[in-house]
Amino acid sequence: MNWSWLPDYAWPLWHGLGVTFLVLAISVVGGFLFAVPLALAQISGQGASARLAQGFCSLMRGTPLLLQLYMLYYGLGSLFPMLPREWFGWLARLDAIYYVLLAFTLNFAGYEAEVLRGALLAVPKGQLEAAHSLGLNERQVLRYVWLPLATYRILPTLAGDIIAQLKSTPVAFTVPVMDFMGVARRVTQDTALYYEPLLLVAATYLVLAFAITQVFARFEKKVRQFQPN
Amino acid sequence: MHVTLDASPGVSILTLLSWGDAGYADELFFGALSTFFIAILAFGLGLALGFGAAIARFSAISMLRQISWIYSTLFRAVPELVLILILYYAGGDLVTLAAKALGLGAVAFNGPTAAVVVLGLVQGAYAGEVLRGAILAVPQGYKEAALSLGLSQAQTFRYVSLPLMLPLALPGLSNLWLSLTKATALVSVVGYTELTLATQQAAGSSKLYFVMYGAALLLYWWLSVVSGRLFARLENHFRRYQAPLAVGSGA
Repeated sequence: MNWSWLPDYAWPLWHGLGVTFLVLAISVVGGFLFAVPLALAQISGQGASARLAQGFCSLMRGTPLLLQLYMLYYGLGSLFPMLPREWFGWLARLDAIYYVLLAFTLNFAGYEAEVLRGALLAVPKGQLEAAHSLGLNERQVLRYVWLPLATYRILPTLAGDIIAQLKSTPVAFTVPVMDFMGVARRVTQDTALYYEPLLLVAATYLVLAFAITQVFARFEKKVRQFQPN
Repeated sequence: MHVTLDASPGVSILTLLSWGDAGYADELFFGALSTFFIAILAFGLGLALGFGAAIARFSAISMLRQISWIYSTLFRAVPELVLILILYYAGGDLVTLAAKALGLGAVAFNGPTAAVVVLGLVQGAYAGEVLRGAILAVPQGYKEAALSLGLSQAQTFRYVSLPLMLPLALPGLSNLWLSLTKATALVSVVGYTELTLATQQAAGSSKLYFVMYGAALLLYWWLSVVSGRLFARLENHFRRYQAPLAVGSGA
């Protein structure tokens, strides 16, 4: 094992770790926010919006994230230069990282909408009726009663899904993005060392997954005190 | 279509999506076929490894239990893409070493064998957990009854535990199959021509990026919708054997 490259790449690796973390954080938060309307559209169960939401979730869950990323970066990206340059020139010049953020966010939303849909349906009707009878309007019921109760239910699933999302972040390096994996591949290109950078990536992901599990266990404990039965 | 979508001038999209030399439909089709076959073989290998790992977890030999635990924990905690790359390099080195030891010339570790072995090893760790859970869910009383009737350990497993646990494992295995069909896309990174890499090549030479990737997405989608339905049917079929279990295990 040869680790002499490590000091030289310490800063790029640190930076790459930041990119990986950014992709995870933005896609999880953004994906969850987008999952709420997707789940509600499916629950409402009527017309085009419900079917569109169902189709979107099925597509996101039924196709590889890698290919979704390619579709956005190469596929959609190849169409942008055809748009009028004076208005859409910035679209054609977008960095790969934005496509990564979009792909990961949409993908996470597809998975979470499915989970959230089940959880929203599982909230007892009585809770919602009670909220309505207290004079809360639809929006307020959703914001203060329905969504919090549903979110509480899915916390354990959410922890697992976030770790699954963390484990898909290395896919980002397949388009030119310098996340942790991207930097590790660069090390391999520069030094012709195959195993060491990958082992570093594996070990780092192990630690990150463990850390997320711990954070969630604490968070769940804290939230549990507010849980009505 | 009025838009040319950046295609080579004079060639219509329909031609490029046709079968044969002019089009890329055959390339995509054989890519999809190759995806399907490595997925099936890797699923079989993963199932076999998973069975081994699950049974090892209940072994009387503590070293077997530990090895199985380390395998399933490590392989499930490390990202699949990273594992695939590590296993791919390691497999190549091992094959080269073995070939040298046997006095053979250079033997390459690539193509379908590498894809199946690498995906199967990753799959085995997940399958092991599903099968272990299913074995645990078979009530102890059934096994004790079988043993007290004079069946050996092996017979008890074969005739009592196995038929009872398989329906319990089916939903988990169905999820694994669906995630495996998607994970096959990752072996395109090590240069194996399945659907994703075939699409990349077709998109690159036709310049029809959007259309080619769209077609590939639809193929993957179709594969997972159809196999999802098949698994649902299989689950329905097996559910009738499950009735007596529901009482004892709360499953």
